[in-house]
Amino acid sequence: MIPKLMQSLVLPVANAKASRRQFMLGALAAGGGVAVGYHILASSTAAASETAADGNKAVAFTPYLTIDNTGKVMVLSSQFEMGQGSYNGLATLVAEELDADWSSIDVQGVAGNVKAYGNVAFGGAIQGTGGSTSMVTSWERYRKAGAAARAMLVAAAASEWGVQPAEITVENGVLAHPSGKTAGFGAFAAKAAAMPLPVDVKLKQPADWKLIGNAKLKRFDSTRKTNGTEQYTIDVNLPGMLTAVMIHPPMFGAKVKSFDAAAARSVKGVVDVVETPRGIAVVGEHMWAAIKGREAVKVVWDDTDAEKRSTPELMAMYKDLAGKAPVAIARKDGDVDAGFAAAAKVIEATFEFPYLAHSAMEPLNAVARRNEDGTLEIWGGHQFPDVYQMLAGQIVGITPDKVQLHVMKTGGSFGRRAVFDGDVVVESVYVAKAIGFRAPVKVQWTREDDMRAGRYRPSYVHTLKAGIDGDGKLVAWSDHIVGQSIMAKTAFDGMIQNGVDPTSVEGANNLPYAIPNQTVGLTSTDVGVPVLWWRSVGSTHTAFAAETFIDEIAEAAGRDPIEYRLSMLDPQSRHAVVLKLAAEKAEWTKPLPKGRFRGVSVAESFGSVVAQIAEVSTDDSGGIKVERVVAAVDCGLAVNPDQVRAQVEGGIGFGLGAILGEEITLTSGKVDQGNFDVYTPLRIDAMPVVEVHILASANPPSGIGEPGVPPIGPAVANAVYKALGKRIRTMPLAKSFNA
Amino acid sequence: MVTLTINGSEHKVEAEPDMPLLWAIRDLVGLTGTKFGCGMAQCGACTVLLDGAPVRSCQTFIGDVGNAKVTTIEGLSGKVAETVQTVWADLDVPQCGYCQSGQIISATDLLTNNPRPTDDDIDAAMTGNLCRCATYHRIRAGIHEAAKRLEA
Repeated sequence: MIPKLMQSLVLPVANAKASRRQFMLGALAAGGGVAVGYHILASSTAAASETAADGNKAVAFTPYLTIDNTGKVMVLSSQFEMGQGSYNGLATLVAEELDADWSSIDVQGVAGNVKAYGNVAFGGAIQGTGGSTSMVTSWERYRKAGAAARAMLVAAAASEWGVQPAEITVENGVLAHPSGKTAGFGAFAAKAAAMPLPVDVKLKQPADWKLIGNAKLKRFDSTRKTNGTEQYTIDVNLPGMLTAVMIHPPMFGAKVKSFDAAAARSVKGVVDVVETPRGIAVVGEHMWAAIKGREAVKVVWDDTDAEKRSTPELMAMYKDLAGKAPVAIARKDGDVDAGFAAAAKVIEATFEFPYLAHSAMEPLNAVARRNEDGTLEIWGGHQFPDVYQMLAGQIVGITPDKVQLHVMKTGGSFGRRAVFDGDVVVESVYVAKAIGFRAPVKVQWTREDDMRAGRYRPSYVHTLKAGIDGDGKLVAWSDHIVGQSIMAKTAFDGMIQNGVDPTSVEGANNLPYAIPNQTVGLTSTDVGVPVLWWRSVGSTHTAFAAETFIDEIAEAAGRDPIEYRLSMLDPQSRHAVVLKLAAEKAEWTKPLPKGRFRGVSVAESFGSVVAQIAEVSTDDSGGIKVERVVAAVDCGLAVNPDQVRAQVEGGIGFGLGAILGEEITLTSGKVDQGNFDVYTPLRIDAMPVVEVHILASANPPSGIGEPGVPPIGPAVANAVYKALGKRIRTMPLAKSFNA
Repeated sequence: MVTLTINGSEHKVEAEPDMPLLWAIRDLVGLTGTKFGCGMAQCGACTVLLDGAPVRSCQTFIGDVGNAKVTTIEGLSGKVAETVQTVWADLDVPQCGYCQSGQIISATDLLTNNPRPTDDDIDAAMTGNLCRCATYHRIRAGIHEAAKRLEA
């Protein structure tokens, strides 16, 4: 039932046969799209009046903000905050139009009102955070909400003061009249919220913006993240709450046959040991009791249906498939066979990409409590709240509206908390149910649980083939991608058209280069390892394969890598513009000191285009270090320029860590890595100096949480080739030297 | 029963001596600024000061703490720490913020012992503190800026 409903939610998008980018731009062009129409401001189902935790009285103006009697503005965010700065972005939009005092702004996550919070970029019918769409979906909506609240405050003040609304000014959270009357928002909040919603609101002209585009604006939430007071899911502590750890199957698809919890039950602080559809849960008075209890549980597993293969076997199968004809075609231009036949030179290469773990710093967790009235409350990183409401409601036998979600901030996610099956969220409900709802339950995964629970960036193999003519012109290109589909067998499988999962081929089937004959083929594999979107999704591998291969072709053609790319791009295109900007800022044509080498790449993802030039050094032992990265970014209008910079800096570190050392492998179906001793994200000693240059743009904002990631791998690989003469085609990078 | 001195206050906790200090701080004392990231001293999110020296509280057992004074992010004080925290906010270092208690304690310790650290000093001192958002670029800038302000 759930999958069917979810499918119906996403089908309108799939039927339109629009690519993600087309769809996003379409939604923008429509002036707000499905759910962003002005009328939605009036459909407030947020609490009309609520007493906030601080004891002050807050009133809702729209589903998007409340103001309390002290003038504090609480932005109600449809977008989940995992560090990417969406809360800050939405706060900026509201505060700008509200003319609020920036220091009076706070943000909290909300869920349960899809009319108001549905993500425009996903078709509007489902709330969710992903695809770097927070600004896309919020740009109109939250500015209008701010403007409407401002108009209502002005109307209330005008009525109270007996003056004309037009004579009232608002600045920095203060309403003022030329007669000398002034007041803060708090004085009129209650009266203003009861005012009729303005029929229409005018948004500011860009020239009048004080906060949007202001590079000096500081994040509203940095101080609480420096003194330990920021509250994450792990910090939720309810009266009487118990803490559970899970024993998940050791292989994907294995099931509990039997278990013996007698010894565990005698461990001090262990309260219960229960079976759930997702494994055994050890429930303790606190985390340590649960962990110690877990060590004492004996489980016998039924691995009949488990995935038992090892990584070398899977990669051999992938490579074999990659040498055959693709099952589905994602792009076909011209006649690629004729193109290769006529080419003066043909080059081929095979690329291998491992499974990658998100491994956010906060291991997955959620807290569930059933109340006396039968309603359920769940605290967690609710990246797909509507899905979690439905799934949780099903487990308990209540309708989704009886499931109240508390959207917590989380220590990272990178896509990991946007899951189809509810994952740890449903686990918390299962465990609470299994103990008869006698206490609220926090399910807290350990690092090992988190790393071994699957939902990885899928492993892929690409075979690429290119043909150049006698002048070095690229005349034919084929890319065959082999790997698991993220959307297959999920509620999102309606997105798969003609056998092509768009998340498998994005970044490969929309190459910007003018290539007359090209095909992009896909063979989706059936492997029992759960997979998921991992920051920048398909472009994590497609951009790497394409942009390193382009470099190889440029070399075969005897051309400079940037000049060669530009020769295949419209000079006015976004790709060309950011490439030229990066080249200029990195002084591409200026010789480097001895021992330093450069590489370039450009990639489009989530509506934004990013070019990067990486500078690497080598030492006597052949070791390489990435010293500096210059990035040029076109993400449309940069709402928070310093946060755009931060996302690109962080994206570079995130992507660099992956190519330098991250890899999840399986031995007879069991995940080999469990912790950061062997799964190795980037550490500070490998972090390059990063320069981010943001293209001035008047276009609506596009994505920025992810687009900094795709170009770093190929830029570094291209620089490493210059340094060591070795093409990097097997990830992580060191494997290319053993291959 | 073990007695712990945390941020200047004594706390009697009902627990076995093999309980990691991390879980005593979080689950028994109720201070949540110290974070769980790996449980095996690989990520530094749980860093606290023990008699002024940084330790990974996930691998420090309460039975071994004895009379040593524990300082968590909530109790961190002094000119160096306050400067680091101010700079962290001024430069908008945190993204998700989850690892930053540990980063700030390590940075404070570094600057306390080495008022003018080089990039290499910073790498050496901070490499045990993982940040999955990779805010390293700003952590480095933040430490240099704090050093500058402390010198002034």
